[in-house]
Amino acid sequence: MNSIDAVGEALARQGYLADRALATSIFLARAVDQPLLLEGEAGVGKTEVARALAATTGAELIRLQCHEGIDVHHALYDWDHPRQLLALRAAEAGRGGEVDLWSERFLIRRPLMAALEADGPVVLLIDEVDRADDAFEALLLELLSDFAVTVPELGTVRAKQHPTVILTSNRTRELHDALKRRCLYHWIDYPDRGRELAILAAQAPGVPETIARRVCAGVARLREEELYKLPGVGETIAWGRALTALGDGAAPADALGTVLKVREDLDRVRGSGVLEGV
Amino acid sequence: MSEPVRALSAGEAPRGGAWSALDVDAGGVVAARLVALAHALRERGVRVGAGELATGARALAAIDPGRRRDAHLALRTVLCSRRQDLARFDDAFEEVFGGAVLEPHPGVDPGPEARLALPRVSHPDAPPAAAPDQAPTRVPAAFSEVELLHDKDFAEYSDRERAAARAVLRELAEHGPRRLGRRTRPVGSGGTRPDLPRTLRAALRTGGEPVHLARRGAIEVARPLVLLLDVSGSMAPYARMLMQYAQAASVARRQVEVFAFGTRLTRITLELRDRDADRALERASAAIEDWSGGTRIGAALGELSRTHGRRLGRGAVVVLLSDGWDRGAPELLAEEMARLRRSTHRTIWLNPLKATPGYEPLARGMAAALPHTDHFLAGSSLRSLAELAVLLRVGLADPNSRRSA
Repeated sequence: MNSIDAVGEALARQGYLADRALATSIFLARAVDQPLLLEGEAGVGKTEVARALAATTGAELIRLQCHEGIDVHHALYDWDHPRQLLALRAAEAGRGGEVDLWSERFLIRRPLMAALEADGPVVLLIDEVDRADDAFEALLLELLSDFAVTVPELGTVRAKQHPTVILTSNRTRELHDALKRRCLYHWIDYPDRGRELAILAAQAPGVPETIARRVCAGVARLREEELYKLPGVGETIAWGRALTALGDGAAPADALGTVLKVREDLDRVRGSGVLEGV
Repeated sequence: MSEPVRALSAGEAPRGGAWSALDVDAGGVVAARLVALAHALRERGVRVGAGELATGARALAAIDPGRRRDAHLALRTVLCSRRQDLARFDDAFEEVFGGAVLEPHPGVDPGPEARLALPRVSHPDAPPAAAPDQAPTRVPAAFSEVELLHDKDFAEYSDRERAAARAVLRELAEHGPRRLGRRTRPVGSGGTRPDLPRTLRAALRTGGEPVHLARRGAIEVARPLVLLLDVSGSMAPYARMLMQYAQAASVARRQVEVFAFGTRLTRITLELRDRDADRALERASAAIEDWSGGTRIGAALGELSRTHGRRLGRGAVVVLLSDGWDRGAPELLAEEMARLRRSTHRTIWLNPLKATPGYEPLARGMAAALPHTDHFLAGSSLRSLAELAVLLRVGLADPNSRRSA
């Protein structure tokens, strides 16, 4: 994967069709060794990028799902206290000899630490980083700066090789500038119609082309409406599969529930005839 | 998109144009161009630091810079960090590297470029470029001016003051009611659950004997907040400001529901959640069909309980913003208020008229509703909204803050 074209082709072999801008960003993330921050509406395939990249490079995919209140013990490491105590009791009973409680055998490796210590290549996916809070961003910033962490009891753990890091955000809040500056940035837009057709063909090969065309045309129209929740690529695929399952004679509107999940949106689309003639 | 500059990649490169220079000379010219690009970006309000510029140079070295489109995409992914930056970048790139045409002599005027190449860590931002197509930037009012606004009645605001008050509203809107959540965190004292890992960790220091019992206590999470905005004619001077407050609250906090009512009830939560405040307000206004009409508060509250009861949840704090002029039957209003209050945590009524000296809740609706509210505040100025913020944040924790009906 030593050119932008090669990145695009390699991802395509995994069924992920990236446009040139995304391929450029991924290529550079590896070439200049910086994390890549992916933003975009829900359902445009942010997480899939990491999966496809890991699969195509033969790297291990390590995923950290962020959530409110995530901290160092969820993300980095923790100590296995019950085992420590057992070892201590055993030593007291004269069965274990001297025991070092703060050694690696009592360390529980969480995803970030696992990514640092891995022997082979790693794609580290830090998913939905906007859900974590500011304090955690500071931790990430430190980690992503030099790919080393210090465990007070143990010393510094340094990455054997820098993992390829992909962060995703749904923009429920703005990330800290310092973190963003550390990263390359790419905004994943909804695919254009041709690309979406190709994605559908790659992801759901069982969907006949006539249905695929109608579904992509329908989704394109829906995305022009003022809806609360615009359909993502996942919805396109689900719609295609649903219509295929319904068989001949099914109208796109019959399976609208696979595409629109907000009642107000459904009412609006049914009432306005947006999908007529699709 | 066609690639108009493809032609210059091969044969014309050695002529020393700004673009083709990238693959010939990795030093001076490229650096100067990058610095010029950074300058053009800063003029457009994109923050670019020295670190990104260095990465930009490395990125150009990693790709085939003869392909203009690739260089464009590469620099964009390095130098931008938010979606709004993307269009500005395209614009700045066009300005610095030109369209299809090469700039003939990049080094002709070394003066400004040399200056630009100086360390610029603390370089002050250039004054806003006088780009004719740019919307005028809204300069926030001086602090003292905001201070003066605090007591001013919303109805007397000018457009400019409304804009100045926005930042204050946004800040106030961040404060809302809280309750104890399901998750816990370590606490020094007063926690309700034993913290086994921490106890064991401490026990290791005392030879394995757990001497000190560490505890965890519940974290605080956002309590649902329901805002009910009266958009009838008599409330018109206040509705716009209160809507802005509601918009800011929807964006800043989780668990906020907003409804507007006049003669009927409209849920505008989803519209207001849009981060672009102007677009949010526009969409919310468009959704409301009975602006500046009459008021039937009781009927609206009834619809709220029936249709959206589950959305409210039982622990919500409901804030009603209305002057209490009601055309419906006062008995109905009293009944619906009582029902609403039974199913919520607290019911708060904000009435702009309360700020008037000597105000008595004589309007029939207001008089009927008052016994069923826990708190009665003014809501006519920034100061009164600040009072609301304090009440929501700390005042509700006091069990005495619930009045007995």
